Amino acid sequence: MSDLDLLFTDVEDDLRASVRALLTDRCDPASVAALYDGDRAVVAGLWKALAADLGLAGLLVPEEHGGAGASAREAGVVLEELGRFAAPVPFLTSAVVATVALADAVGPLLAELAAGEKTAALAVPLSASPYTPVPLPVRRGPDGLLHGTATSVAGALEADVLLVPVRDGATVALYAVGADAVARTPVVSLDMTRQLADVVLDGAAGEVVVADAEAALRRALLTGAALLASEQAGLAQWCLRATIAYLKERRQFGRVVGGFQALKHRLADLFTEVESGGAAARYAAVALAEGAPDAELAAAVAQSYCGELAVHAAEEAVQLHGGIGMTWEHPAHLYLKRAKADQIAFGTPGAHRAHLAGLVDLPT
Amino acid sequence: MSETARDDVRARVTAFLAEHDPATTEPLTFLRARYDAGLAWVSYPEGHGGLGLPQELQPEVDRLFARAGAPGNNVRANGIGLGMAAPTILAFGTEEQKRRFLRPLWTGEEIWCQLFSEPGAGSDLAAIATRAVRDGDGWVVNGQKVWTSGAHNSRWGILVARTNPDVPKHQGLTYFLCDMTDPGVEVRPLRQITGEAEFNEVFLTDVRVPDAHRLGAEGEGWRVANATLNNERVAIGSGGGVPRGGGMVGVVADTWRAHPERRTPELHDRLLTLWVEAEVARITGLRLRQKLKQGQPGPEGSAMKLTFARLNQRLSGLEVELLGEDGLRYSDWTFVRPDGVEFTGRDAGYRYLRAKGNSIEGGTSEILRNIVAERVLGLPSEPRVDKDIPWKELDK
Ligand SMILES: Cc1cc2nc3c(=O)[nH]c(=O)nc-3n(C[C@H](O)[C@H](O)[C@H](O)COP(=O)(O)OP(=O)(O)OC[C@H]3O[C@@H](n4cnc5c(N)ncnc54)[C@H](O)[C@@H]3O)c2cc1C
Repeated sequence: MSDLDLLFTDVEDDLRASVRALLTDRCDPASVAALYDGDRAVVAGLWKALAADLGLAGLLVPEEHGGAGASAREAGVVLEELGRFAAPVPFLTSAVVATVALADAVGPLLAELAAGEKTAALAVPLSASPYTPVPLPVRRGPDGLLHGTATSVAGALEADVLLVPVRDGATVALYAVGADAVARTPVVSLDMTRQLADVVLDGAAGEVVVADAEAALRRALLTGAALLASEQAGLAQWCLRATIAYLKERRQFGRVVGGFQALKHRLADLFTEVESGGAAARYAAVALAEGAPDAELAAAVAQSYCGELAVHAAEEAVQLHGGIGMTWEHPAHLYLKRAKADQIAFGTPGAHRAHLAGLVDLPT
Repeated sequence: MSETARDDVRARVTAFLAEHDPATTEPLTFLRARYDAGLAWVSYPEGHGGLGLPQELQPEVDRLFARAGAPGNNVRANGIGLGMAAPTILAFGTEEQKRRFLRPLWTGEEIWCQLFSEPGAGSDLAAIATRAVRDGDGWVVNGQKVWTSGAHNSRWGILVARTNPDVPKHQGLTYFLCDMTDPGVEVRPLRQITGEAEFNEVFLTDVRVPDAHRLGAEGEGWRVANATLNNERVAIGSGGGVPRGGGMVGVVADTWRAHPERRTPELHDRLLTLWVEAEVARITGLRLRQKLKQGQPGPEGSAMKLTFARLNQRLSGLEVELLGEDGLRYSDWTFVRPDGVEFTGRDAGYRYLRAKGNSIEGGTSEILRNIVAERVLGLPSEPRVDKDIPWKELDK
C-alpha cells in the first residue's frame, strides 16, 4: 500500500485562503464572545456567507445532488480554519455530519442542504460516540407522531431541519422533522460557540428519510470524529501562534518573557505537539477521503491525540498569558471552552483509545 | 505536641461555648468574644486573638466551634485578609496597627484585598510603578493596580508602592495599608473566564495614606511583600488542613460515585492516580506545617502551591470529561461580582475554568519553579539585567 498524500494541494490552499479571509473579516473575537451573553448576531450572517456564498454547505455532497463533490480533505481544511477562529457556525454539524447521514437519503433534503437553503442537525447529544449505539429517546407514538426529548444537540439552534433517529422494529429510522414542529430549549453551554439545545418533540410530524439508518448514523459520527480533529488542530495552532506572539512582546524582569529558556522549551514542545496533531488530523481526513482501509483507525488515533492536544494548547495559552489569559477580554478563553467541549464531542479521547485497542490487537 | 496542650485548648473552647451559646448570641458579639478569648487563631499572641499555641491545634479548635454551630468569620470573602494581610501585619505591624486591624479583620467586619500586581508588573512585582510621595505626616499615592481580587468588597488593601525611584527596583518599595473608601480609589470590575468579575482594576488618584498606615520601614516593602507572598503560597497551597479525600478530590469523587453509568477503567485509573497524589499532597502539607510551627513560611510553600495548582487543574479537567454530556453544560455566564472566592463551588465547568487561575494567582507556577530552583535548591539564578540599575533608568 502506498502512503497517503498528506500535502495540501493548490486548490486546498486557495480554499483555506478564502475561508480565512472571510473569517478574518466577519468573525472577530468580540462578536464571538458576545454569544456568551446571548447575542448571537454573528451566527446567521457568517453561516450564510460560508454556506451559500463560498458554497461550503454542499462541500461533501456529490455533484449530482447539487454539491461540490469534494471530500474530507477539503472539509478538514475548512475545519482547521474554523477552529482557528473558534467560529460559531454549524459547518461540522450540518455540512459534515448531517450530509453524511443523508448520503443515501430519499427526497430533496440533501440538495437543499447542499444549496445552503436549509441547515440540518442530527438530533443526538454532541457527546455521542461512533462506537456505542446512539441514544434513542424519541419514539413514534400510536398517532404516528414523534414524542421525546433529544438532549444536548449541537447545531439545533441554527437548524431548519432536525434529523431524528427513532427505533423502528429491529432497525433505526432517520426522520426529518421541521424545526418549527419542535421546541428547542437553548442550553447554557460550556462552549457557547457551539451552543447546544434540548429538542423537545411533543407530537411532531416527521418524514422518514433513511429507513435503515444505523450504518449511516455510525458513518456520520465517525466522520464527525475524524474531521473534528482538524478543527482541534486548527484551534491548537491559534493558541500556539497567539502565545508566541504575546511572549515576544511581553516584558518582565527587563527582558522579553519569551526569552526565558523555560518558556522557550514549553513552546518548542507545544509546537512539536501541534505539528503532530496537524499531521494526525490530516491523515484521518485523507484516509476518509480515499476510503482507505485504515480510515477508522486513523480517526480513532486523530481524535484521541487532537482531543488532548487542543485542550493542552488552550491551557498553555491561558497560562502563558498570565493574568490577561484569565480574562474575558482576551480571546484565549473562547478557545479553552471550545477545546474542552470538543474533547467530549463525538467520544472522549479515552473512548477512542478503547476502540483503537480492538483495532490494533491490544486487548485489555 | 503534648496531649495536655490539646486537652487544655479543648477545655477552653468548652468553657467559652458554655458562656456564649452560639444559638442565642448575636454573631458579631460571638466572634469578637471568641477573638478576645484567644480562640480565633490560637497561634497568634495573647491579646491579638490567640494564645501563642502551636498552629496544629487550630483545626481542632475550628472543628469544635463548627460542631457547636458557631458563626463563621466570612472566610470566603476574606481569604486575602486572613491568609495574607493578617500574618504580615502580625510580623511587621506596630502594636497600634495590630490592635487596630487584626480584630475586625478576623471577625470579617473588614474585608481586605491585595494591591500588588500592575499592568506592567506581574511576575516582576518589584517593577511596580505606583508612586507614593511623602506629604507631611502622610503619603500621596498615584498609580494603577490590576487583577485585584475582591477589591469591590474590601475596606482595606495591602499596597506596595514605589517611594524611591532613584534606587534599584527592589530597594525603593514601601508597604502600606490602603483605605479603600478614600475618594481617590476607583474600583472597576474585570470580567473573568468564568463569566463573573472576581477581580478588578483599581485606579489610585491622589490617595492619601497616613504614615501610621505604613507597614514596616520606608524602603523595606520588598521584604514585607515577600512575607505576604510566602503566606499566600502556603495559604493557597496547603489547602488549610483539608481532610483526607476532601477539597477538589472530594468533589470529583462525589461526581464519580453519583455517575456509575459514566465509569470506565481508564477514568477510574486516572481518578485513583489523582486521589493518591492528593493524599500525598495532604501529608506533605501536614509535615510542612509541623516544620514551620509558628515561624514565617519560607520558599518551601512554593512547592506546595505548585502541587496544589496542578492537582486542582487535573482533577477539575477530569471531572468535566467524566461527566460527558453533562460536562458540556454550564451554570451561568452572567457578569456578576461575587462576594467571595470558591475554588470548589458551583458546577464542574466553573471549577475547571476557575482552577486555571490557581497556577497564575499568587505567583505563576513558572515563577514558583524559579523560586524553588534558586532559593531552595541553590541553583544559579538567571542573569538579572535590571537588578542594580536605579528604577527610573529602566526600560519600561
Ligand atoms: C484569578 C487571579 C486572581 C488574582 N488576584 C490578585 C490579587 O488579588 N492581587 C494582586 O496583586 N494580583 C492578583 N493576581 C495577579 C497575579 O499575581 C499575576 O497575574 C501573576 O503574578 C502573573 O503576572 P502577569 O499576569 O503580569 O503575567 P506575566 O508576569 O506577564 O507572565 C506571563 C507569563 O510569563 C511567565 N513568566 C514570567 N516571568 C518568567 C520567568 N522569569 N521565567 C519563566 N516564566 C516566566 C509567567 O509564568 C506567565 O506564564 C491574580 C491573578 C489571577 C489570575
